[in-house]
Amino acid sequence: MDLGNIASLDFFYPEAILTGTILLVVLLDLVLTNKRALGLVALAGCLLSLWATLQLYGTSGGWLFHRMIVLDNFSLFFKLVSLFAAILVLWMSRGSREVGEVHQGEYSAILLSSTLGMFFMASSTNLLMAYLSLELVSLTSYILTGFLPHNRRSSEAALKYLIYGGVASGTMIYGMSWIFGMAGSLDYARINQALLQGEANHLGLFIAFVFILAGFGYKIVFVPFHMWSPDVYQGAPTPITAFLSVGSNAAGVAILIRFFFPAVSRLGDDGNWMFLSGVEWPHFLLMVSMVTMTLGNLCALNQQNVKRLLAYSGIAHAGYILMGLVVLNNEGLQAMLFYIVVYLIMNLGAFLVVVIVANATGKEDIESYRGLAWRGSAIPAVCMAIFLFSLTGLPPLAGFVGKFFLFAAVIKQQFYLLAVVAVINSVISLYYYARIVKTMFLDFPQPSDGQVKMTAEAAVLLGLLSSMTLLFGIYWGPLVAFTNHSLSFFVK
Amino acid sequence: MTDHVLTYMTFFPLAGMVVVLLLPRERHDLVRWASALFTLPPLLLAVWLYRNFDPVNPGLQFVEKAAWIPAYNINYFVAVDGISISMVLLTALLTFLCIFASWGIDKGVKGYFALFLLLDTGMMGVFVALDFFLFYIFWEVMLLPMYFLIGIWGGPRREYAAIKFFLYTLFGSVLMLLAILALYFSSEPHTFDMTQLIAQSSRYGTTPLHFWPFDHLRWGFQHVVWMALFIGFAIKIPAFPFHTWLPDAHVEAPTAISVILAGILLKMGAYGILRINYPMLPEATADLAYYFLGALGTWNIIYGALCAMAQKDFKKLVAYSSVSHMGYVMLGMASFTPQGISGAVLQMFNHGTITGMLFLLVGVIYDRAHHRDIDGFGGLAAVMPVYTGVSVLAFFASMGLPGLSGFISEVLVLLGAWQKYPLLSALGASGVILTAGYLLWTIQRVYLGATNEKYKAMPEINGRELFTLVPLGIIVIILGVYPNALLDLLRASLDQLNQLVIPHLS
Repeated sequence: MDLGNIASLDFFYPEAILTGTILLVVLLDLVLTNKRALGLVALAGCLLSLWATLQLYGTSGGWLFHRMIVLDNFSLFFKLVSLFAAILVLWMSRGSREVGEVHQGEYSAILLSSTLGMFFMASSTNLLMAYLSLELVSLTSYILTGFLPHNRRSSEAALKYLIYGGVASGTMIYGMSWIFGMAGSLDYARINQALLQGEANHLGLFIAFVFILAGFGYKIVFVPFHMWSPDVYQGAPTPITAFLSVGSNAAGVAILIRFFFPAVSRLGDDGNWMFLSGVEWPHFLLMVSMVTMTLGNLCALNQQNVKRLLAYSGIAHAGYILMGLVVLNNEGLQAMLFYIVVYLIMNLGAFLVVVIVANATGKEDIESYRGLAWRGSAIPAVCMAIFLFSLTGLPPLAGFVGKFFLFAAVIKQQFYLLAVVAVINSVISLYYYARIVKTMFLDFPQPSDGQVKMTAEAAVLLGLLSSMTLLFGIYWGPLVAFTNHSLSFFVK
Repeated sequence: MTDHVLTYMTFFPLAGMVVVLLLPRERHDLVRWASALFTLPPLLLAVWLYRNFDPVNPGLQFVEKAAWIPAYNINYFVAVDGISISMVLLTALLTFLCIFASWGIDKGVKGYFALFLLLDTGMMGVFVALDFFLFYIFWEVMLLPMYFLIGIWGGPRREYAAIKFFLYTLFGSVLMLLAILALYFSSEPHTFDMTQLIAQSSRYGTTPLHFWPFDHLRWGFQHVVWMALFIGFAIKIPAFPFHTWLPDAHVEAPTAISVILAGILLKMGAYGILRINYPMLPEATADLAYYFLGALGTWNIIYGALCAMAQKDFKKLVAYSSVSHMGYVMLGMASFTPQGISGAVLQMFNHGTITGMLFLLVGVIYDRAHHRDIDGFGGLAAVMPVYTGVSVLAFFASMGLPGLSGFISEVLVLLGAWQKYPLLSALGASGVILTAGYLLWTIQRVYLGATNEKYKAMPEINGRELFTLVPLGIIVIILGVYPNALLDLLRASLDQLNQLVIPHLS
């Protein structure tokens, strides 16, 4: 299926609904006096778009808008992930005191624009489209990061983010120009044909890939493109930090997989992808993965600010996710998709607790979690412990199953060194996650530490996320089936 | 009912945890009795299991199997055989008694008992699981409650002890996870089923791998997997040099948790080696365990005894005596003789009961005096005659006095080991003298001599405390006189296990 502009609109409802909602929110912002209702409108738009996306899931797929974007289960999977992230973050924002002080209309509209950008990141099959969608997500992220007025950290973070982002995307587009020069096209399918048939220079390809990885890697937060993340995570409003940590990470993985598989790998007869032979890619990715997870974990050990700690843990998790790419086969990809889903759940949960505690104390350092289990309700502390132990990868929690699949993919291809480095990293990560747990449970509150209360909305969300973390740790068959099913690309 | 006896034994405490969590927070006694109520059925079922276990059958009994995640061939598969039956009985008994030993906990009572019951499920699960994936889940599930039980309800250095225990054990278990995956992908069709992995043990290659810097060791795939598993288990045993978490964790943990740690958790290491390393990787076992494991065990015996002798803290002394006694288990296992290996498993059970008693006894005086300094007591025999009587029984059992259970298992171990390693057995036997040395010296300092003025009015051991000690004391005496009560159950399975490894011994 190769559809033109008008015919494509039939398969474009999710994006169209989202665009309509953005416009509606901006318009309503001018007339409504109750600004909190705007968040509800945005939420409703997301749910509608979610419904439309689910309607399309499982259809045969095809190219839309003259091969600019593609409709397949893979892109729909990441659209669902972005929408879930957006819905949960909008929900989370309603209870956040920090976000309550900013302009609700712009906040919701820009958040949705970012989600729209992620939709395109997951589905673009043209280098130009890929670049534009990445920039859409980046620009909206810069604004969201600097959204807190009169907050120096927030402004500083936004500026840092902008400069890093500019350099990374500049590098990426330079790499893309190499690919264009070698393949003579921006279209993924034509690039694929050209690279598989022609005698492309392997060194040239390797260099182009490294440049392109700079752009993608900065979204997924690989070393050495990670430097922006701790400052941005700390400075941005907490719900936005949560959104960036899962949403833009997932979209980065989507664009990365879309480029390195349908665009430059050969699809074998057995349905498995084979990377271009002659390009020393697995060992390069292996190094990046090991360095990323190790650096992330070691830097997290000594952090005093929980958001900053979670930023470094996010870097480590990007390293784990990259393990799935090292093996360059379907099992690895499937493990990556699975991990993205569980990472979304557990990381958003952890940030939700950060929001709850920050609402009560106004602080984000580990000190403010002292004796959390003994201050009022123990539920936030218990849920936080569940999320953190899931991030560590302890059974019977979802994070364990995610890591289990990644390890399995790596061991099956006999990358034993990577597996050993990864498990040692898990042990290291236990230390800093357990440090927060220790502060919450093993330390007792001082008289000066106030009670921590949460709103009913936050409690429902917390219950939902923690029970999903437990459920997917014990019975993950359906989720695996879903990710397996989502691993289908439309190539011709 | 009887079809799912192991499932009930494993998950009854978990149901208890849910019930305890639903009870009101202020009703401490209600929470305690509810916990006792939910650990009693597993104990009664254990008695039923003991009576209905077929000692002649070396294979698995009371098997339950159900698909769990069929796409990856993961099953819910539980059963017992001679290797695990004694541990299942011990777990059911000690957890029930430890509920009563925890009666004095008055801070966060609900949380304590909820975590304790979760721990109980994890422990029972490890001993009955025969699917590797399930085994790993139970193995890890134990860690979390243990971390909190030591960390919240422990002594002054509880935070350090808790995280140290957690990090050590997690390090071991992630290595085990890699080994599990390596075995999974080597089997055809891929499976986590332990019985099938054992049946396919010839598939795991022994051709030397080339990986620097281990080239000269000529290790094959099987040896590498063996070592990864062994390190995981050795940390739990704890074998030298991985033992340093143990004194910290034991000393800081509350009394009941020390009993659980010493009585059950340490056995998991030895159990894992017998259950997994021996039958699944017999060639590597023959190459690596022969002499190495025996020597390590002997070193544990001597080193642990010498460390125990140097301790001033009563609880630390018992902790190091555990290191020493677990050495006999390793020495017995390494002998590959019927006496040695059944002595090792018997020693696992006996150490659980005897050391359990010792920790409970330390807990009794700690509750009264609020310190554990061995030199700070003296002449307690005059003040607390009943307590002293029970203590002396436990000390003599630990020392290996004939007529008490510790003697039988140590003699069996030494009899078995003598056939293979005369020198190590001689050294191990001399460990008995060191053990007698530190134990008698402790008796002398704590119970005999002039009564310390401060403790003239120390109250005698009470009924609840006696209730936790007496059953263990009775078992110690019974097994000392009639060890076949337990040995008969183990023999068939252990002989079969031995036969798997012996052909590979060079």
